Amino acid sequence: MTRSRILLSTLVFAGLAGAPAVAEEVNVYTTREPGLFAPLAAAFTAETGIKVNTVFVKDGLAERVAAEGAASPADLLMTVDVGNLVDLVDKGVTRPLKSKAVEAAVPANLRAADGSWTALSLRARLVWADKAAAPAAITYEDLADPKWKGKICIRSGQHPYNTALIAAMIAHDGEAKAKAWLAGVKANLAKKPGGGDRDVARDILGGLCEIGVGNSYYVGLMRSGAGGPEQKTWGDGVAVVLPTFVGGGTHVNATGAAIAKNAPNEAAARRLIEYLVSPAGQKVYAEQNFEYPITAGAAVTETIAALGPLKVDGVPLAEIARHRKAASLLVDEVGFDR
Amino acid sequence: MRRLLGSAIAAFDGFALAGLAVAAVALAPIVALALIAAHGGGEVWRHLFTSVVPAATLETGLLALGVGGFVVAVGTASAWLVAAHDFPGRRLLEVALLLPLAFPVYVLAYSWLDLLHPIGPLQTALRSLLGYARPADFRLPDPRSLPGAVLIFGLALYPYVYVAVRTVFLAQMTTLTEAARMLGANGASVFFRVALPLARPAIAAGAALAIMETLNDVGAAEFLSINTLTAAVYSTWVNRGDLPGAAQIALAMLAFVLSLLVVEKWARGDRSYAVIGRASRPLAPRRIDGLAGLGLFALGALPALLGFVVPAAHLVRQASTRLAFAGMPQEILVEIGNTLVAAALATVVAVGLGLVLVGGRRLHPGSRLHRGALRVATLGYAVPGTVLAIGLLVVFGGLDGVIREAVVALGGRPTGLLFSASLTALVVAYVVRFFRLSASKIETGLERLSPSLDQSARTLGRTPFGVLREIHLPLLRPALAGAALLLFVDCMKELPATLLLRPLGFETLATHLYGEAARGTYENGALAALLIVAFGLLPIVVLTRLGRPAPSREATAEGAPA
Repeated sequence: MTRSRILLSTLVFAGLAGAPAVAEEVNVYTTREPGLFAPLAAAFTAETGIKVNTVFVKDGLAERVAAEGAASPADLLMTVDVGNLVDLVDKGVTRPLKSKAVEAAVPANLRAADGSWTALSLRARLVWADKAAAPAAITYEDLADPKWKGKICIRSGQHPYNTALIAAMIAHDGEAKAKAWLAGVKANLAKKPGGGDRDVARDILGGLCEIGVGNSYYVGLMRSGAGGPEQKTWGDGVAVVLPTFVGGGTHVNATGAAIAKNAPNEAAARRLIEYLVSPAGQKVYAEQNFEYPITAGAAVTETIAALGPLKVDGVPLAEIARHRKAASLLVDEVGFDR
Repeated sequence: MRRLLGSAIAAFDGFALAGLAVAAVALAPIVALALIAAHGGGEVWRHLFTSVVPAATLETGLLALGVGGFVVAVGTASAWLVAAHDFPGRRLLEVALLLPLAFPVYVLAYSWLDLLHPIGPLQTALRSLLGYARPADFRLPDPRSLPGAVLIFGLALYPYVYVAVRTVFLAQMTTLTEAARMLGANGASVFFRVALPLARPAIAAGAALAIMETLNDVGAAEFLSINTLTAAVYSTWVNRGDLPGAAQIALAMLAFVLSLLVVEKWARGDRSYAVIGRASRPLAPRRIDGLAGLGLFALGALPALLGFVVPAAHLVRQASTRLAFAGMPQEILVEIGNTLVAAALATVVAVGLGLVLVGGRRLHPGSRLHRGALRVATLGYAVPGTVLAIGLLVVFGGLDGVIREAVVALGGRPTGLLFSASLTALVVAYVVRFFRLSASKIETGLERLSPSLDQSARTLGRTPFGVLREIHLPLLRPALAGAALLLFVDCMKELPATLLLRPLGFETLATHLYGEAARGTYENGALAALLIVAFGLLPIVVLTRLGRPAPSREATAEGAPA
C-alpha cells in the first residue's frame, strides 16, 4: 500500500517538475507535425549543441502560451499557416525578432514589416489532375468555370490551407468577386469537401473526380517514394499543374515562427530561427520535407523542380492573413462544405 | 428555505465534501469558458443563424438520431443475445462484442475508408472479379456520407450500450425473467415486455454517451465529410480567431445536450428500476444448438467483425508493411509507458471518485446537495475535448499565476509551472472529461440494487460508509469493472486534451498517431494505432472475466443483510 503510494506520488511529481535549465536548450511549441520538424531540430542540435525540446500542439497554441503566462517555458512558436502565425502576434504572445540575419535572408513579402514573425518555408497550392484530363495550364479563377462541373475534389473550405487560398482571392479581386468565384467552385465539386490533400489524389485515381487542389509537398512525399511504394503510385498517377491567379503568380502558404513573449531562452530561439533560414536549414526543408525555400536561389529537390518553375504570387503573406476571417465567413455563406 | 438549509447541513458529511470538491474541479473549466464567452459580443450568432445553423443543425440532428438508433438497436440486441441465450461460441462473442471499444472512432473511420476506397483492396478485387478495368467504370457508393458516418460511429460506439445493458440483463432481472418464462411468455415477449423496460435506464445512459461522443468528434467527421455544429466551433475559433464566439457556441451546445438528458430523466419519471431479492444470481440462458445456434453466433459476430476484426486486420497489414519499410520507431516504448501511466492513474481516480459520489447520492436519497454535486461533476463529457482543454488551460494557468504571486509576495523566488503542462493536468483533464462514464456505469449498477438493502443495513447499525463498503462494493463489482474498462480505454484514446495539456516532450500513442494523421501519413501511425487497440484489448478481456457474476458469490449476496 505505502509502496504503491510512494510510486504514485513519484510519478505525479515526475510530471509536475518542469524541465530544469542545465545545458543550453530551446523550447519549441509548434503546430508543425513532429515528423516534419524533427530532422530540422536534429540538424540544429548537431551544429550548435543546443538541445531542442518540442511539443506539438494543433489548435490552441496561442491559448496555451497565454495561459502559461510569465512562467511559460516556450521560446519559439512555430505554425504551418501564416494566418495562425499572425494570430499569435495579434493575441500578444510574441515579442519582436530583431534579427539582422533574418532581414537579410528573407524577402520582405515573406515576413512581418515590424519584424514580429518570419516565414521559414513555402508550399504552393497546386492543381492535381487525372492524367487523361490534365490541362496544360490553369488559373485559380478557372476552377469556377462550369466546364469542370461535377469534376473537382477538395478538402474542407474551413481548412487553413483553403481559407488562405480564398483570402488570397479576396486580396486580388475583392470580397464580392471572391464570393462569386467560391460559389462557382462549390457548384463544380464532385463530392462534399472532406478528408485531407492526399485523399484528393486518391479520389482522382479512383475516378471520383478529374481535378483537385492539394499542396506541393504532398506531391514530393508521394512521388519520392519516401512514404512507401503504394504512395508512389498515387503520386505518379496524377498530373500536377502549377496554377496562377489571372495576372499574378502561384498561391503559397508558409510555415513560420515568432519568438514567445516570455521566452526564457531568447538567444537560443533567435539562433534557431537564424539557422532555419540559413542555407543549411533551407536545404533540410527542401530535401526532407519537399518544401520550397524562402531564400532566393536556394535549391529544391528534383521531384519538386520537375513540376516546373514556381512564380510566387505577389500578394504579401501578411495581407493574406488579414483577409482570413472574411474568407472563412465566405466559406459558410456559400455553403461550401455542405 | 431554512428547512432546506437545515437538511443540507444535516446531510453534510465526507461524501458531500468529496462531491463538492469534484464538482468544483469539473465546473472550473466550464466557468472559465463562460468567462471567455462573456468577452465576446453576440455578432457570431447573426452569421451562424443565416449561414451555418440550419444546415449544421439538420446534419447534427440526423447524425445523432442515426447513431442513437444504431447503438440502441445493436447494443441492446447483442446484449440480449449473449445474456439470455446459450449457443456454441457464446463466451467468445461476449468478449468480442466489446472489442470495437478499443478503436478510436477516427481510426475506425480511416481504416474503413481506406478499405472501401475505389482504389482500395476491396473494390480493386471486386473489379478484377467482375472484369472492370477502371474505377470510373464501376464503383460502390462512397461511404463518406451521412449513412456511412452513422454506420462508422455506430460500430465504434454501440459497445457503450452493450456494456451497460449486458450488466442489467446478466444478473439483475433473473427473477422477473424466470417468472415471465414460467408464465409461458416466449423469448420475444420476455425481451419486449420484461427485459427492455427494465433496461431502459441503462439503454438511455449508454446511448447518451454514444451520442455525446459523436457530437464532440472532429477527426472522424472530417474524414467522413460531416459538418456538425462542433465544426462551427472550430472554424469560429481557429479561422476567425474568435475564441469568445466559439465558447458561446460550445456552451449553447452544452445547454442543448443537458436539456436532452433532463428530458430523458423526466420522461422516465421516478419509477424504480430496482429488483428486490437475490440481486446477483445469473440468469439461466436458453440453450440453442445446431443450425439455429450457429445462426445466432453469426448474427452476433457481425458487429464485432465489422467494428473490430476487419479494420484491425487492415491495421495489422499496414503496420507490418510500415515496419518492414521504415523499422520500429525508437520512441514507441516511452510512448507506451506514458500512455499506460496516464490512463491508469485517471482510471483509478475516476472510478474511486465515481463510487464516492454516486454512493453518496444513494445514501442520502433526498439530498439535493449530493445529487447536484454528482450532476455537475459529470458535465465534462458533454463538451468537445479541445474546448474543455482550453477551459482547463485557463484554470491551471490561473492557479500557477496565483501561487507564483503569493510566493513572490512572501519573499520567495517566483515558481514555474506547477499544474500547467504536467501529468497532473493530464490526469485531471481525463477525469473531468470522462467522469460521466464512471458515474453512469456505477449509477446504473446501483439503481438495480434495492434501497431496502441500504435501509436494512442502516437499521442494523452500519454507517453510510459502512453500507457502501460492505453492501454496495461487493455487489457492484461488475459495474465497477465496466466503469474501469470504459475509462481506461477512453483515456488511452483521448486526443484533444492530451495534445493541448501535455508537458514538453511528453508523447503518448494517441499524440504519435495524430502527428502522422495530421500530415496525412496515416499508415506511419498504423503501429501506434494498433498498439492503442492492443493495449485496450487487455483490460477488456480481464474485466469481462471480473464483470461476470460468479455463481459462488450467490452465497455472499444471500449472507448480506437483505
